Amino acid sequence: MHTLKPLTSLQCGQTARVDALTLQGSMRRRLQDIGLIEGTQIECVHKSPAGDPVAYLIRGAVIALRAEDSAGVLVSCG
Amino acid sequence: MGLTSGSTGRKAIDEGLLICRESPEDRVVGLAGNPNVGKSTVFNGLTNLNQHTGNWPGKTVSNAQGRCKHHGKGFILVDIPGSYSLMAHSAEEEVARDFICFGGPDAMVVVCDATCLERNLNLVLQTIEITPRTVVCVNLMDEAKKKNIQVDLAELSRRLGVPVTGAAARSKKGLDALMDAVDSVVVGSFSTDHALRVPYAPEIEEAIALLEPALEKPCGKRLSPRWLALRLLEEDQALIQSAQQYLGVPFSEDPAVQEMLEQARDRLEKADLLGDALQDAVVSALVRQSEKICAGAVRYADRSYSSRDRKIDRILTSKATGFPIMLLLLAAVFWLTITGANYPSQWLSTGLFWVEDRLADFFVWTGAPSFLCDMLVHGAYRTLAWVVSVMLPPMAIFFPLFTLLEDLGYLPRVAFNLDRYFKKCSACGKQSLTMCMVLPILH
Repeated sequence: MHTLKPLTSLQCGQTARVDALTLQGSMRRRLQDIGLIEGTQIECVHKSPAGDPVAYLIRGAVIALRAEDSAGVLVSCG
Repeated sequence: MGLTSGSTGRKAIDEGLLICRESPEDRVVGLAGNPNVGKSTVFNGLTNLNQHTGNWPGKTVSNAQGRCKHHGKGFILVDIPGSYSLMAHSAEEEVARDFICFGGPDAMVVVCDATCLERNLNLVLQTIEITPRTVVCVNLMDEAKKKNIQVDLAELSRRLGVPVTGAAARSKKGLDALMDAVDSVVVGSFSTDHALRVPYAPEIEEAIALLEPALEKPCGKRLSPRWLALRLLEEDQALIQSAQQYLGVPFSEDPAVQEMLEQARDRLEKADLLGDALQDAVVSALVRQSEKICAGAVRYADRSYSSRDRKIDRILTSKATGFPIMLLLLAAVFWLTITGANYPSQWLSTGLFWVEDRLADFFVWTGAPSFLCDMLVHGAYRTLAWVVSVMLPPMAIFFPLFTLLEDLGYLPRVAFNLDRYFKKCSACGKQSLTMCMVLPILH
């Protein structure tokens, strides 16, 4: 059974699949433009020293997202 | 020049449209691409202009132009702002899109990063939708080779229906082939009739099919009616205004268009595909199409980024080592700048002040009044000599060192480490770099 959780809950090294974006407006568009849509594989690769932002591997590119933005991305593991 | 509202947005494109042809035979070629794919390097390589290439998105806000000659033909290259999309969510995207739509380029070149081609294809697909006279330049082929990524350019070209060439612009490789491809598109020896048409959800396709015929006449050969139909459905008012101005036809007031638009929107409403939902569906279709194209044309030995890069990143950004390394590196840069600058400063001031004495001697010898000598030599010249000897050496040391860190890709890691702290003061991590630049100048 898949459980939906925010991207922020992903630990380093974990991989998940994007299920929905609850973000609105320009941030939603920007994430979509870099390929973050339903079904996209996403891996959490590093956390910055303060724990925020966090770097994710999305479609072969490493991208840093702030918690305020990644909280609006719902993912499911496994 | 700062980013004033005049240097971005619509005014910039108006200025960008002043294309300076050297001869009427010159062809206009727009250069688009995601940020940080080496677009400005391609531009510089082709035009021999030295536009500064930066590591931050949106480096090019207004359109830079340069001329290049290829086999006796002149091309005006227009470097348009780097963007991930042409949906006009930002000033850069708007300038980029307006140039492609209304700037009347004879061909477009989309520069891509071979190491993350899939993400880059989004922009390629959107560009082809506007104009099929597009050439894809897959840059950083050398980097891709290092990372064991194989890009099948011929297959990519077959799938996209437009010419695709490889390049390593930093070592000036592949630029000739790129211009050959551009020429083939401009003169029509490469037929772009089979340029890829991104398929959207069936309901969207039906809506487009309703609206497209009504737009064929106003569009003529100047805009793609399919593309314009989609923008009308999205209700992109700013674009519709610009398009009407460009075409000189107020098509949105045409009753035939209005009637079809209403029908098409009804069709979408039934499928719950209006407004945001429509945009979501359009973007998703583009991303899925990019994924599909790449699946057959790009082979990754290792889909994730290399373990070596991963290790380095972990060391540079971890809790335990991130800050110490950062402080050490910045301290080393500052130490080199401040201590290292003392020596050349010394030499410069010795030399320049020796010249001052000679100048003063000269004034005495000519018998000029002493106030003139005081004003020009002990006033103007001395100040200048001071400023040069104090300011020039630290800058000549600091900026190359900083560029080195930039080229090594360290600066984005610094921004990543510091973002949280800068955010607390309502700034963002990228601004830490501006601060670093200011420090030695204040010194």
